[in-house]
Amino acid sequence: MSDVAHAPAQPIAFKRNAREALADPQLRRNFRGAMDFLMDKRRSQFPDGDELERLRAFGNRVRARALSKLPELLERLDARLSRNGVKVHWAETVDEANAIVHRIVEQHAAKKIIKGKSMVSEEMEMNHYLGDRGVDCLESDMGEFIVQLRAEKPAHIIMPAIHLNAGQVAQLFHDKLEVDYTEDVDRLIQIGRETLRRNFFEADIGVSGVNFAIAETGTLLLVENEGNGRMSTTVPPVHIAVTGIEKVVENLRDVIPLLSLLTRSATGQAITTYVNMISGPRKADELDGPQEVHLVLLDNGRSQAFADGELRQTLNCIRCGACMNHCPVYTRIGGHAYGTVYPGPIGKIVTPHMLGLDATRDLPTASSMCGACGEVCPVKIPIPSLLRRLREEAVRAPAAAPQHVRGQGAKYSRKETMVWKAWRTLNTSPALYRAALYAGTRLRALMPAHIGPWTDHRSAPKPAARTLHELAREHLGDQ
Amino acid sequence: MNAKERILGKLRGSLQGTTPIVDDYDIELLNEPWRYPPAERVARLRQMLGAVHGESQLSSTTGWPMQVIEALAQRNIGELLIAPTTPHGQQFADFVARTGAPLRLKAYDRPVEEWKDELFFRTPASLTGTLGGIAATGSLVLWPTPQEPRLMSLVPPLHMALLKASEVLDNLYQFMHAHRWADGMPTNALLVSGPSKTADIQQTLAYGAHGPKELLVLILEDA
Ligand code: SF4
Repeated sequence: MSDVAHAPAQPIAFKRNAREALADPQLRRNFRGAMDFLMDKRRSQFPDGDELERLRAFGNRVRARALSKLPELLERLDARLSRNGVKVHWAETVDEANAIVHRIVEQHAAKKIIKGKSMVSEEMEMNHYLGDRGVDCLESDMGEFIVQLRAEKPAHIIMPAIHLNAGQVAQLFHDKLEVDYTEDVDRLIQIGRETLRRNFFEADIGVSGVNFAIAETGTLLLVENEGNGRMSTTVPPVHIAVTGIEKVVENLRDVIPLLSLLTRSATGQAITTYVNMISGPRKADELDGPQEVHLVLLDNGRSQAFADGELRQTLNCIRCGACMNHCPVYTRIGGHAYGTVYPGPIGKIVTPHMLGLDATRDLPTASSMCGACGEVCPVKIPIPSLLRRLREEAVRAPAAAPQHVRGQGAKYSRKETMVWKAWRTLNTSPALYRAALYAGTRLRALMPAHIGPWTDHRSAPKPAARTLHELAREHLGDQ
Repeated sequence: MNAKERILGKLRGSLQGTTPIVDDYDIELLNEPWRYPPAERVARLRQMLGAVHGESQLSSTTGWPMQVIEALAQRNIGELLIAPTTPHGQQFADFVARTGAPLRLKAYDRPVEEWKDELFFRTPASLTGTLGGIAATGSLVLWPTPQEPRLMSLVPPLHMALLKASEVLDNLYQFMHAHRWADGMPTNALLVSGPSKTADIQQTLAYGAHGPKELLVLILEDA
């Protein structure tokens, strides 16, 4: 099953996707192994619980401070970058962002693009958009390269090919790159290196994401281990960075705690191999680096999350992936079942702002509310509370004001609303409550054997013969 | 109204009536857990580097050229990319000329466009300086210049870097502060911690992804 690349899953079909994923033992083994590995790695980086908690609180404050003056910082970032010679573009929607990138592509008559890892470009479906217009986009991160060869989407935001094992990659390379079958990972990586190397300098444009955009100095900071990010941002004559409007931080020093939280939480590394800080294009006397650097700042629903004080916390996210690594749901169904660019807990709280609650109605409820995500989140996003809040937005009357999230009321049902109203009346009126319980126990034989999905995997509950109140009264009466 | 004005307008509207959060930066938290006695800084850096397959050797301001030559000989590498106008590039070129070491030196002295193919496929090793090092994470700080361009530390499979022991500081906070980075950054600055690597296939670590397969740091103890 997992070896057949099929059409990308959609979030609206979440329940079906999840059922299919659960029935795939290979997929479940791959994810279980990978998540255990990543949880261990993270734990080993935080031996001192106090330091971790203080650092998380600090990270949260740095992000909250940046958001508390977001418009001002974005303008400062724009001004500093422009002064440094970087061209800054703004896009409200993914269509606008794609059109901006396409315009730059046309200006340079570019035919070939090499990409470092960028989740925002996935959000834009940039490869698809440019592919339709005759421009080749090649992914250069090893994991992204692998999922691109399989015509799939990333299964994880940090480790895109985490759903595959070495044997599956070996078969893929053998089939697609016509190399001898080998499961030796060193050899497989060398095959990837050789295949991609020529592409770095043949590419007309390099595209990358951004981990932190620093307003103070006009600097784009990128972390990575492979060197493909440095290649993509240094070798081609033009570099286009795409990022969300929330990625800005105020001062250069603000990245120190965030960087530490990011790499330790994500992959359990004290630091990544490369921390790449880009503050401008090649200067006249420099011998390498891109002649042109562009930054595309994308909104795509972020300003909607921003508008509400509680939901705004979604934008604290530094995309470390720890919430998915620790999520029991994600571990069991994998990344593709969500049908969204961002899977797992962060995906469930951020995607409704991007696609609307109507398209993502089952995501906020795809949680056991165990709270693990909120506990590990390095910037202390209260993910479970935000899930609960989105559940509420999904069942509010569609037209009720104020409107916080596009697609409000996607799960609204008049019947359910009535049931809950009745429930409230019943529970706030003692006489009614007692009467109802009395009726429930005396008529218990009428309880149907099948009550919707509840009885798919369980037997139907049967009320007791007498209410607890009755039993208690009798018991006390005896004394 | 353009996209920028519309986005900023929405954000401003959402912030109405709120006050920005004040900066209560916690220097102690970023500094105290990551401090080392001066005599242990280099050892910590070497240990952290070693843990990610970064090789290091102790050396001196006069001894390093010989160590570079030996390292290349061990690997059967006959040529080296240098930055000829840097002090260390000059020192090394002089050393090679004086000793007649059988080594072809390649100078990065023209724009990359003029020799891309050679850089990518026929340049097995490079030698660069560093701005300094960070003990806490075992990182080198690279600050590429017109004399010593960015790709020197990225494209050749073996990257050798010179690090002055006196330039190894405890942690990133101290380094940023001491070098006043906030006052202005170069077009590109880097922290490099080990050779390039990936764990993208079944979480199995493999070195030599897209950047150098080997990183050799020569630490000049008397500098
Ligand atoms: S929500 Fe928190 S844990 Fe999840 S990716 Fe974002 S920062 Fe990491």
